[in-house]
Amino acid sequence: MFRLVKNLKYLWNKFKGNNSEFWDNLEEELILNNVSVETTVKILKEIKEHSFKNDINDFEEIKNLLKNKLIEILSEGSQGQINTDKSQPFIILVAGVNGVGKTSSIAKMAWLFKNEGKSVIIAAADTFRAAAIEQIQFFGEKFGIEVIHHQRNSDPGAVVFDTIDSAVAKKTDIVIIDTAGRMQTSSNLMDELKKIKRIISKKTGSDPDESLLVIDSNIGQNAKSQAEIFHKVLDLTGIILTKADSTSKGGIVLTIKNDLGIPVKFITFGEKIDDISYFDPEKFAEMLVE
Amino acid sequence: MFEFLTSKFEDLFFKIKNKGSLSPKDLDDSLREIRLVLLEADVNYLVVKEFLENIKKKALGENILESLSPFQQVIKIVNEELSAILGVAPGNLNFSQGIPTIIMIVGLQGSGKTTAAVKLASLIKSKYSKKVSLIAADIYRPAAILQLIDYSKKTGCEVYHEDDSKDPVSISVNGINALKKNANDVVIIDTAGRLQVDSEMMNEVVEIRKKTRPHQIYLVVDSMSGQEAVNVAKEFNSRLEYDGIILTKLDSDSRGGAALSINNVVKKPIRFISTGENIDDFDIFYPDRMASRILGMGDMLTLIEKTEKLIDEKKAREIEQKIYNSELNFEDFIEQLKSVKKLGSLEKIFSMLPGMGKNKALKDVNLDDGQLDKIEAMINSMTIEERRNPDLIDGSRKKRIAAGSGTTVNDVNRLLKQFEKTRSMLKQFSGGFNKKNIKFPF
Repeated sequence: MFRLVKNLKYLWNKFKGNNSEFWDNLEEELILNNVSVETTVKILKEIKEHSFKNDINDFEEIKNLLKNKLIEILSEGSQGQINTDKSQPFIILVAGVNGVGKTSSIAKMAWLFKNEGKSVIIAAADTFRAAAIEQIQFFGEKFGIEVIHHQRNSDPGAVVFDTIDSAVAKKTDIVIIDTAGRMQTSSNLMDELKKIKRIISKKTGSDPDESLLVIDSNIGQNAKSQAEIFHKVLDLTGIILTKADSTSKGGIVLTIKNDLGIPVKFITFGEKIDDISYFDPEKFAEMLVE
Repeated sequence: MFEFLTSKFEDLFFKIKNKGSLSPKDLDDSLREIRLVLLEADVNYLVVKEFLENIKKKALGENILESLSPFQQVIKIVNEELSAILGVAPGNLNFSQGIPTIIMIVGLQGSGKTTAAVKLASLIKSKYSKKVSLIAADIYRPAAILQLIDYSKKTGCEVYHEDDSKDPVSISVNGINALKKNANDVVIIDTAGRLQVDSEMMNEVVEIRKKTRPHQIYLVVDSMSGQEAVNVAKEFNSRLEYDGIILTKLDSDSRGGAALSINNVVKKPIRFISTGENIDDFDIFYPDRMASRILGMGDMLTLIEKTEKLIDEKKAREIEQKIYNSELNFEDFIEQLKSVKKLGSLEKIFSMLPGMGKNKALKDVNLDDGQLDKIEAMINSMTIEERRNPDLIDGSRKKRIAAGSGTTVNDVNRLLKQFEKTRSMLKQFSGGFNKKNIKFPF
């Protein structure tokens, strides 16, 4: 018995010790992709234990295990796609911090839905930023999507109100609401967002069908804090991961899914209108582990 | 709340080892913790590795293991190194004579270039009394030109733009020629956001540089940037040789480790920071403030200093002995309570501790100085005997204490229960420690 234990210990240490470089490399890869340290450690621990228990020593096999683990985390329990079939307008609220690509991804989403044969109206509810309304109007005009807007600095809630009214009257399939960029640390602005959500509830009798947080692939660990706080305020249903064509891989979405259960629904990757797709966990995991 | 307070202070004071040696393992442990702090702050993985190796060398070289307060020394060294890397000789804004000073703004999409360009214009105009104009050279982003014009209205700075041109290079050249004629001292070119790996776009910006010969080029970097920031900066630097960085969105609570990563590799100064959406939210960069922010330290150093002053060594030793002998009582505690009060409000103290934002337990705890007041009131209502020997406190005494302090018997019960728990927990800890190293506050 003693001999067995001694051997096991020896094997485990050998496994740990000799291959520590391998595991360090895996850790490096994940962290360089903006996966949080905590999530990285958790994942690698599980993989290590599994490999050891099942006597898997081949590096390629272990990498595969890792990939599958990532896919598991990203797809578990979530609604991969959005089902926009509904009798009332399907309402999508889009929020995020400054500069992440909210307006661009809204334009892309609208185009995507339009190509699926749905009618879309966009609410230009960023009434704050210079030329925000004009920016979304440009997309609207170019791709034939209706944009409802008020004057600059008017109440965003009012824009939402009017847009929903209009969509109901016209029996539009989908309403997408663009909001101003805001830091999750700004309580005033988060309150404003809460208010917009309330208006939607009042108007339609329920929360927005989708409340999406836009996350820039380039952002590091702060994305987790963004997700936490926006989630508290909006009850997020999903993430739009943008700028995936950059050299950053947005690994933080793994942490967000693992810790908060919020899935990625869309991924965008370029400046053309069709640079968007529904999120594919397998493709993404492959990208992370290459 | 009581338990939580106990454990937090334990952690803190455990680390502040006033006297005694720090073993090499302790140094490694400290560095491991700092590693975590830096990674969570978005400092690049490889930069962290190199950085810590240097810290370790320095720490050993300075013989900190023999020093009086080794852990603090390590933090001090880390802070110094960080500040040194971040504070690459900033120098002054140099303005050229005779011809307009041309400044070019570049960076990734969404980093905050347009906003920064206008803020810089406003700063130069007011601080240096120069005539500043801007060139709208982003023809890709819908309504970019309008955005620049709109945003800069408040500054009264002219914006050169060509609404029908699709050629940023010629727009820039034409702009400079036109603005030169208007006796402009400074011209700032706002360029489109671009990926450092987009060769066409990078070629374009290199071409703009070639044709306009800017005196200064600033790379705008989002302070929320993650691990890739250093690679982005490297590439921009290699193609353009930028002069400095403008770090944006510091109004977020991101730690900004990207700043360290970049400066560790590209030794160019961070000149300005942007801290909000208003034009005035623009400031000169302070390396030491950034260092503290990255470390998540806030005022940790201040707290350490303050606390050290308050802990009388002799007293601390006495208390430690009491803990060991299970003699710790309410009288001791009330003294310590007074020390805690001197440190400041609970909220403030905890905000000074590193990593507070991440601590889930803290989020649910209502940091209420009122609670400490309550506890103090209850203890004050005890007789000296009761304080020294809490086991004496029976039902009727509890009633009296509650009445005297304006609390309830339940409150008193809770206090006693928690105190007992703490007492035994502390005893467990004190048993296992090398007495030389540990100082407990109560």
